[in-house]
Amino acid sequence: MPGTAPGAPPLLAVRGLAFARNEEPVFGPLDFVVDAGEALLVQGDNGAGKTTLLRVLAGLLRADAGGIAIDGQPARASLRSRAISYLGHLPALKADLTALENLDFLCGLHGRRRGQLPGNALGIVGLSGHGDTLARQLSAGQKKRLSLARLWLAPAPLWLLDEPYANLDLDGINLVNRMVQAHLRDGGAALLTTHGAYAAPPVRTRMLELGGGSRPADVLSASAASSAAGAGNPKAMG
Amino acid sequence: MDGTVKLSSAARALMARDLRLLWRRRGDALQPALFALLVVVLFALALGAEAQALARVASAVLWLAVLLAGLLALDTLFRGDAEDGSLEQWMLAPVPLAWLVLVRTFMHWATTALPLLIATPLLAELLHLPRAQLPVLLASLALGTPLLSLLGAVVAALTVGMRRSGILVALLALPLYVPVLVFGAGSVVASAQGLDPVGALLLLGAGLVLALVLAPLAAAAAIRIALA
Repeated sequence: MPGTAPGAPPLLAVRGLAFARNEEPVFGPLDFVVDAGEALLVQGDNGAGKTTLLRVLAGLLRADAGGIAIDGQPARASLRSRAISYLGHLPALKADLTALENLDFLCGLHGRRRGQLPGNALGIVGLSGHGDTLARQLSAGQKKRLSLARLWLAPAPLWLLDEPYANLDLDGINLVNRMVQAHLRDGGAALLTTHGAYAAPPVRTRMLELGGGSRPADVLSASAASSAAGAGNPKAMG
Repeated sequence: MDGTVKLSSAARALMARDLRLLWRRRGDALQPALFALLVVVLFALALGAEAQALARVASAVLWLAVLLAGLLALDTLFRGDAEDGSLEQWMLAPVPLAWLVLVRTFMHWATTALPLLIATPLLAELLHLPRAQLPVLLASLALGTPLLSLLGAVVAALTVGMRRSGILVALLALPLYVPVLVFGAGSVVASAQGLDPVGALLLLGAGLVLALVLAPLAAAAAIRIALA
């Protein structure tokens, strides 16, 4: 398995992670690692716990069991907030602010990657010329693109993307893939949830299959996973 | 990688955002202040020509008007940010959630209570408040309204997970607001009777210091629970 520097701890390592809601197990126990330069595709049916897994990893929910390590260190809140950028179902955009004002606020909150400016990020996600448009006047897909611009500006190396392809057109799906590819090339990593492998980014990809309900999740090995991803995406690398 | 976010820069970003939002929705933002104005004016009209009667209840009416106006705006303190996912991003930000809660609460106070505080000398005149009592009234409002906002923030945070919580907010806030009202309006009454109002004002000040430290922490914990 090609890694980064040999012996370096993985960017994200999860051991025995489990979460239950009202005594009913949602997922787990799960074990997986994500190295820098890798994407992890979290797959599963509706209600399989994909969103819950990402919220637990982000720190929005507390896990019932297991541990999360980032760069080999146990993930405390301060470490998580610096290392993780989360793109959820809710866009976190204020309808009465313009696209640029929204980005300015979120950059003030999360920090900004060196050398990246909100204006440029809007161009990257295909919203140049919409900087002064109120967020309420943007379509659902354009809002998604604005959230992607926020993600692009965030300095965190680990992206947690919950259904990043939802609401996006073909061009937008390509945009997500290109962004993930560029982020991984810079030494980042990404977790993506999707219903199927129809739109995997052309990068080194691991797969995590979440079973529905109480069925224990099975973790596929990396080699088997990338062949599965390859079926949906001819550019996936082994 | 430039991952450091200073407390001050996060606060500045949040304040700029709130001021912009306030300006975009200035009609809605005026509502609490207009409500307070309405209460005071209606009281003055209802009690009419009896300047004596008005003067006696003036401080209590002003205190109530400011308190109710704050209560009116309380539900919007975190609800909008919870519904569009902003609170999630606050929780994930590299600055403490309690700090963001404190800044947001300060903005709430600055946009609902502060304009009323500035208008108080005029409103007091309308209610025939004896001029000698005005400094005490202003001091009690200056200490009491931030305390009301901080207590209200805890209540708003506790109910942020519920979809419709108007009545619950009022019911939860009531017992917390009563002591503030008693000491706040009481200090003016004491000074009207020739007693020393400093004791009540000091108690308000002590409550404010305590709430400044504890309320943001409690509200942040409540938000974490509500969004889990």
